Amino acid sequence: MMGWRALFYKEVLRFWKVSFQTVGAPVLTSLLYLLIFGHVMADKVKVYDTVSYTSFLVPGLVMMSVLQNAFANSSSSLIQSKIMGNLVFILLAPLNHWSWFMAYVGSSVVRGLAVGSSVLVVTLFFTDLSVSAPLWIIIFALLGATMLGALGLIAGLWSEKFDQMAAFQNFVIMPMTFLSGVFYSIHSLPTFWQSISHLNPFFYMIDGFRYGFFGVSDVSPWLSLCIVSGALIAVSYVGLSMLKSGYKIRG
Amino acid sequence: MFAISFQKVTKQFQTAKGQLTALDSVSFNIEEGEFFGLLGPNGAGKTTLISILAGLARATSGHILVNEIDVQKDPLKTRKLLGIVPQELVFDPFFTVREALQFQSGYFGVKNNANWIDELLTSLGLADKANSNMRQLSGGMKRRVLVAQALVHKPPVIVLDEPTAGVDVELRQTLWQFIDRLNKQGHTVLLTTHYLEEAEALCQKIAMLKTGRVVALDKTSELLKAASSNVLRFKVDAPLPPELAKLARVTGRIVQFPAQNAAQIENYLSSIRLAGLVAEDVEIRKADLEDVFIEVMGESL
Repeated sequence: MMGWRALFYKEVLRFWKVSFQTVGAPVLTSLLYLLIFGHVMADKVKVYDTVSYTSFLVPGLVMMSVLQNAFANSSSSLIQSKIMGNLVFILLAPLNHWSWFMAYVGSSVVRGLAVGSSVLVVTLFFTDLSVSAPLWIIIFALLGATMLGALGLIAGLWSEKFDQMAAFQNFVIMPMTFLSGVFYSIHSLPTFWQSISHLNPFFYMIDGFRYGFFGVSDVSPWLSLCIVSGALIAVSYVGLSMLKSGYKIRG
Repeated sequence: MFAISFQKVTKQFQTAKGQLTALDSVSFNIEEGEFFGLLGPNGAGKTTLISILAGLARATSGHILVNEIDVQKDPLKTRKLLGIVPQELVFDPFFTVREALQFQSGYFGVKNNANWIDELLTSLGLADKANSNMRQLSGGMKRRVLVAQALVHKPPVIVLDEPTAGVDVELRQTLWQFIDRLNKQGHTVLLTTHYLEEAEALCQKIAMLKTGRVVALDKTSELLKAASSNVLRFKVDAPLPPELAKLARVTGRIVQFPAQNAAQIENYLSSIRLAGLVAEDVEIRKADLEDVFIEVMGESL
């Protein structure tokens, strides 16, 4: 079964052909966040003793870009194909649920990492960044991108119109990303909200990712690894089951 | 071995108005190498049947076998054997014609397919559009790409769901020449169409569906024989009396009566004269598939 490679390549080419929109735009957005928040908050917020706020912000913004773009890739591709009707070409092909999963999630990982690394490179012009444990950086970027690619797949399969997709994105993905500690350490929150944040798997992705840069984090990177892996397995299981049963794509 | 075997295929949908039976125990077989026509009015269930064959939908009960493999039990195998041209004019706006065909080959695991893709492009008159984006093509050109996409993996069974709906004469000619050539090379063809002239010219065997049931199934020649052998055709300027109108097929000024023999023809003509009407351009022709279709669809009311 090598058909998945063709689908994977098609999905990568699909976002690459419109890379201004799919890579360039999110890089610019992240840069604006960095410049504005960095400028306004730099003297007011100190998260860790040794880390400036701007440096603290960079890994958060990089991870947020990885997550949002991985989600956007699989979800927008699927909803567009469903509405345009061209999903039929893939439905008619002898591709099993694993092939779909690897192609859609794999291409989302590529886009997430492409945007994330571009954001990282661009922000290096504006702030100094140390790298304490590069392996943690890679592991959390990969796990985060895969999980959001799989969530995008679920959202794409579930949605029947753009409105539903927008709801999924704005009412689930956006709050979970923004409330995960991209812009702040959760230690700065009241105890109640700290406990709430601990229920959000996105928090562990960003916290573990940040550990790779600074060697300090809100919780142990091993705990983050366990929780993120567990969440990834659960999300993948749901996505694969939906594909296997043909949920909303085969009548 | 049958190329396709439909065995008591039933499909029911839950709708707001209750249960709708789109297919009611449909059974027929298509021999290997046959050019088979599936006809029926809109809503008869043709596309639903093809969707189940293609694995785009599931049957409520019954089986469909392609080369003796059950489409519901082993869909990955049967999809490799099938080349389906969908009825809807769909395309992926991100890619060129050649890219669309390369991807489709890839999905089927066909490597190094450039020669066959070139042959498809040439045979379907798409060679000069190979590097055009799909969005830039006219409707007819998009239709050709759909046909090419269905054939990239050289499927032994080709299924065309109304491939000539809304396309010009030139494409129809090109398409039928090409499909006919593939059929002569041994590919089985299943065709649905509303152009009965095409079905009569191309199909060796025909099944007619009406409200989800098979109402006729025979060789095209047998169906033509079984129908009223002749048709009396003429033009009139005024409406027919109701008792005559219900026996005739009226299209604007053109009136057509199915007729078995000369006496019947004389009867019709004298009735027209007695009604005070003048029949112009009178001709008697042999019944064609359209007459058979109308007769069959009328009988099964």
